[in-house]
Amino acid sequence: MTAGPAIVRDSGERALLPPFTDEHEQLRETIARWVRTEIAPHVDEWEAARQFPRELYTRAAELGFLGLKYPVELGGQGGDYVHDAVWAEELAAAGASGGVGAGLGAHTGIATPPVFRFGTADQRERFLRPAIAGRKIAALGITEPGAGSDVASIRTEARRVEGGYVVNGAKTFITNGVRADFLVCAVKTTPDGGHQGISFLILEREMPGYEVARKLEKMGWHSSDTAELSFTDVEVPEENLLGDENRGFYLIMENFAWERLLMALGAVGAMRRLLEVAISYAGERQAFGRSIGSLQAIRHKIAEIGVQAEVGRALTYHALRRFVAGEETIADVTKAKLYTQRACVEVADEVVHILGGYGYMREYGVERALRDARLGPIGGGTDEVMKEILGKQLGL
Amino acid sequence: MKICCLVKEVPDAAVQKRIDPATKRLDRSGEKNLNPFDTHGIEAAMQIREGDAVQVDEIIAVTMGPESAVRALHKAVALGADRSVHLTDAALEGCDVCATGYALAKVLEPEQPDLVLLGQQSDDGECYTIGAVVADHLKMPSLTQVIKIEVEDGKLVCERQAEYGYDTVEVDLPAVISVGDAINEPRYPSLKAIMGAKKKPLDTKATGEVGIEADQVGESGSKTQVLEINPPPTKEAGEVFEDEDTNETVSRIVAWMDERKLL
Ligand SMILES: Cc1cc2nc3c(=O)[nH]c(=O)nc-3n(C[C@H](O)[C@H](O)[C@H](O)COP(=O)(O)OP(=O)(O)OC[C@H]3O[C@@H](n4cnc5c(N)ncnc54)[C@H](O)[C@@H]3O)c2cc1C
Ligand SMILES: Cc1cc2nc3c(=O)[nH]c(=O)nc-3n(C[C@H](O)[C@H](O)[C@H](O)COP(=O)(O)OP(=O)(O)OC[C@H]3O[C@@H](n4cnc5c(N)ncnc54)[C@H](O)[C@@H]3O)c2cc1C
Repeated sequence: MTAGPAIVRDSGERALLPPFTDEHEQLRETIARWVRTEIAPHVDEWEAARQFPRELYTRAAELGFLGLKYPVELGGQGGDYVHDAVWAEELAAAGASGGVGAGLGAHTGIATPPVFRFGTADQRERFLRPAIAGRKIAALGITEPGAGSDVASIRTEARRVEGGYVVNGAKTFITNGVRADFLVCAVKTTPDGGHQGISFLILEREMPGYEVARKLEKMGWHSSDTAELSFTDVEVPEENLLGDENRGFYLIMENFAWERLLMALGAVGAMRRLLEVAISYAGERQAFGRSIGSLQAIRHKIAEIGVQAEVGRALTYHALRRFVAGEETIADVTKAKLYTQRACVEVADEVVHILGGYGYMREYGVERALRDARLGPIGGGTDEVMKEILGKQLGL
Repeated sequence: MKICCLVKEVPDAAVQKRIDPATKRLDRSGEKNLNPFDTHGIEAAMQIREGDAVQVDEIIAVTMGPESAVRALHKAVALGADRSVHLTDAALEGCDVCATGYALAKVLEPEQPDLVLLGQQSDDGECYTIGAVVADHLKMPSLTQVIKIEVEDGKLVCERQAEYGYDTVEVDLPAVISVGDAINEPRYPSLKAIMGAKKKPLDTKATGEVGIEADQVGESGSKTQVLEINPPPTKEAGEVFEDEDTNETVSRIVAWMDERKLL
């Protein structure tokens, strides 16, 4: 019998879990150090301000984080999806907060990838290059006031005119929507075309008729801005059509895979952090003459949290490995998204409880983690939508 | 100007340090990392390069250590060094500070550096002395615990942390300077630099190739010998005086101290 390559050790004897290599671990260290020094100390202030400073994009760009997986020719770092995975996980694990993770993540993880995948050379120059450099902020607009889970029923309409389109409609819950310089926007180009009637247009904030209707107040993710947008006779030139007309649904499906994987990775990072907080607090906090961590009820609870975090990680890394290997991953990604988002809410809730009254206070950041985590089972496709996908995969 | 930066691979800060009672040496198994102080040495070299006081032609990372130490060199290169030199040889195992300093000086000699930068202390051995030993062998002036370096007319003006305040010292080049962590904030290596590090030149040297005398290194060539290792004495449990009547408490404390001849 031959031993499988379960654990790969690099020269530094660090245990590496595939698909991560030593280079990824170095990147992980860099991101974690950056988050701990330049983000975590300001999170409370940014949460209160309901927005992190725009300069954070410029700073992240300067350090190469906004272009990890994009080619050097476009100003990127020449890495790949696994580097972006490290970015998503470590932002959460090192304490950047759900809001900062969402604001930076929507830019790098969901709004710019379609421009890279489906964009023309001209679109890459006009939108991707400045986005990688942190000069333009990107957002993705799919959800509408009247259509969320049922993507095919979106009603924002793009009417063909000479040289382009005229767009009318509205989008809601758009992360980065308040200050996005461009919006990768799903529109109906064939009103009764269902899935086959969706296209993507890149809308720019200075286009007449493009308006930020409202900045939305949320339960969590306070440091990220979320907007309702409205479009009134917005003239969009033909060269802003992203991908083929009426083929937008494929773009959505492809984007969802990565978005859901990133959400899973974020939850994996958040659970790692929560577990650390619980262990350290339970080891120190005294009650009835001993540390609460030595009380069996608490110790068992933390043991279970450890298992949930590990199951989530194993499932997510498995999906990630298959994703980067170019295999068919819908089921794996869906399972990872479904499990980790719910697990993270449960873990955050348990950790708030372990910290007692202090858990309910702002100071330890765990009540925020709970509020932030609650979006997980809703955003990027709800739990029910995930279960529908999996149920159908099982032939039911 | 040519700058050599000494870098060391040490157990990661998160690893519990322990001394192996059998070998009386530090147990260096487990996760390793580049000595944090050395990242400040490299950053100092980078800042000299990026400043306009002098032209820096090359920054070279140098280490002595087992095969795994290559990783520390890659990190040093990701932080800005142009190439690296790895001294590795079974004969070096068990080197004490004097032998390590001698061996490092021997690898540095052929490079003929104008400046040798290193961290003031390693995270594991914490001897604080390698700089001085290396300088002695290279016959160069040495400064330790430096927290500011300025290049002026081919000389360095350095501030070093003294017990009270700072000393400002001028040194001629070439020199060996060990730096404290207050000197700078090391940069974040970009992914491009991390991925490119393995492609930069790396020379591996054995003792014979740099003229290291076999009897000056290794356990037998080391002049110090660890005879015994003991944990520091545990602190005795204190005594608590409940303060009910302050005058009485004070006299009880005074009596307690008097008994132990502390007054
Ligand atoms: C903070 C935040 C940020 C967001 N950012 C973005 C963004 O940047 N871009 C973007 O496009 N969108 C964004 N969204 C939108 C998000 O993707 C949607 O909220 C999500 O897809 C759910 O859609 P909905 O809110 O319309 O819910 P609905 O679709 O109305 O669902 C309501 C409930 O009905 C259930 N349900 C629906 N269909 C079924 C079914 N077939 N079977 C069983 N149950 C069902 C759902 O699971 C849910 O519980 C964001 C949302 C939030 C809250
Ligand atoms: C408890 C204890 C037990 C020890 N036992 C033994 C023993 O049994 N036998 C024995 O031979 N030695 C022993 N040593 C010494 C040990 O090997 C030293 O740690 C080593 O010689 C280097 O000294 P340092 O790292 O402490 O140097 P420091 O002076 O603290 O390091 C300063 C700087 O020197 C540079 N530097 C140090 N080492 C290297 C290197 N290898 N390559 C490149 N740069 C380097 C780095 O830039 C570092 O920041 C022991 C030390 C301790 C504390």
